[in-house]
Amino acid sequence: MRAYFLSRLAQTLLVVFLSLTAVFFLARLGGDPVLLFLPMDIQAKDINEFRERLGFNDPLPVQYGRFMAGAVRGDFGESLRYKQDALGLVLERLPATLKLGGSALLLTFLLAIPVGVISAMRRGSVWDFVGMGGAVLGQAIPGFWLGLMLIYLFSVQLGWLPTGGTGGVVHYVMPVLVLASFYAARIARLTRSAMLDVLGEDFILTARAKGLAELVVVAKHTLRNAAIPIVTLAGLETGQLLGGAVITETIFAWPGVGRLTVQALLNRDFPLVLAAVFVISLTYTLTNLAVDLLYGWIDPRTRRA
Amino acid sequence: MSARSTFEKARRNALGIVGIVLASAAIVAAIAAPLVAPHDPLHADFAQSLKPPGTAGHPWGTDQLGRDLFSRVVYGARIALFIGFCTVLLTAVVGGLLGLLAGYFGGWPGTAVMRLADVQLSFPFILLALTINAIVGLGLRNIIISLAAAGWVVYARVVRGEVLSVKQREYVHAAAALGLGRGRILFRHVLPNVLPSIIIVASLQFSQFIVAEAAISFLGFGVQPPTPAWGSMLSESRDFLYVAWWLAAFPGAALALTALGINLVGDWLRDLLDPKFRA
Repeated sequence: MRAYFLSRLAQTLLVVFLSLTAVFFLARLGGDPVLLFLPMDIQAKDINEFRERLGFNDPLPVQYGRFMAGAVRGDFGESLRYKQDALGLVLERLPATLKLGGSALLLTFLLAIPVGVISAMRRGSVWDFVGMGGAVLGQAIPGFWLGLMLIYLFSVQLGWLPTGGTGGVVHYVMPVLVLASFYAARIARLTRSAMLDVLGEDFILTARAKGLAELVVVAKHTLRNAAIPIVTLAGLETGQLLGGAVITETIFAWPGVGRLTVQALLNRDFPLVLAAVFVISLTYTLTNLAVDLLYGWIDPRTRRA
Repeated sequence: MSARSTFEKARRNALGIVGIVLASAAIVAAIAAPLVAPHDPLHADFAQSLKPPGTAGHPWGTDQLGRDLFSRVVYGARIALFIGFCTVLLTAVVGGLLGLLAGYFGGWPGTAVMRLADVQLSFPFILLALTINAIVGLGLRNIIISLAAAGWVVYARVVRGEVLSVKQREYVHAAAALGLGRGRILFRHVLPNVLPSIIIVASLQFSQFIVAEAAISFLGFGVQPPTPAWGSMLSESRDFLYVAWWLAAFPGAALALTALGINLVGDWLRDLLDPKFRA
């Protein structure tokens, strides 16, 4: 278990290292960030001086070496736009994203698991039809459009909810709903099919034949066995929540990492982009690692592996 | 139980038909856009700006420049499906080929490709496509390149896994024993057997690509105005949400219904081709 954990941790670091490398070289191939940050009437001599100062005149391998040496110590340089420590700016925004993502994840499970379980237990019923119909729709409706429509209904027409920003609980309602909708839909569908697979097993028949209460059959025997594919997908989806957060945060002016990343990309603020890539890929891979460790708890058979 | 499974089958077929109808509508709109659209999607007429749906000559109203919304949504189908189709084709060919080679020959090049796939998969898809797009630049061609660069991994993974199992089958060993060349075995005996998986992944990816393109254009990258892409239309509509709901409602509904149609066709296809994929 320990060796497994260490090798997975090494893998995580390798992934983070490779994504930083890829984005570093892509960004340098993509054009000169310096020109975009200087006034139009500047002299060529001053441009050169600015480049020299930021080290953009050195050979690419030297720049890369310096970048990695800094990155290891958590130093991604200063944001070209905000003139502040790039990593600091990203970390400052991280709690807002984690709060949004965490709330969306919670809502996803509160919605998706009961809907999936009920649809499977009452297969072919009205509940199944409504639940799965909703899931199919939820999967097809793009989050950013749902967001716009919710803003129109609840902010413009009814005036119940703020259009964006942070503050109180009311600010959470729409962003969380938008972020959760897509994931809840997928997890509800998967829960249903995983439950149906397990319900066909002999040990469920045995459990029922023993006269166990339906609730025990469902909760202890079926759901626990159906949990493995659900946790796998949920783990993958948790990472994708970060991607969804980019769009949701932009629509609702949520001051998180996603919105900051979009702005950094629009401004070609590369130190900030690289710091954001670092934080996002680290969060993503650590989430996946946590999910892997969770397997051991759910399915003791995988513990020895 | 059998009555229920018959019901289930009927339900699946009904959903498949709904999917085919929606997807066909989008395809017809895309191909016959000049015939379906009553106006030029780029023609501005300031006297007619921000007219609500139902205005004479403009069934879905007009936008801030007086352009006909219905015509713009119809032409938007053309752009969305073109991008979706090109991206799926590109990713299927490149990702499929890499997966095929990595699975069949293995060795360090295969390992290197799969490592790259692992790294890509450890980053949210939409963010990866967005980052690549911000770097390679805007426009139709670059959005296709960006989506393909972010999306090929799924095919490579699935195809490699399938090839690993297919190449152990007896008919492959038999073909090798008969002295067939490796290229011939790969393309005549292995490829046809992994093709269903490629088609299933393609059908699942298609709507994902269309929605991702719209999302990226919505964020200000990708396809730029005045090109009538659904994503950039939605992006522009944000400024007029208080006065013109229709600018957000129709392009978004077109996008959602197209994605729904393709998803339903994909689910139906998946049941048809491979019951083990059922979800």
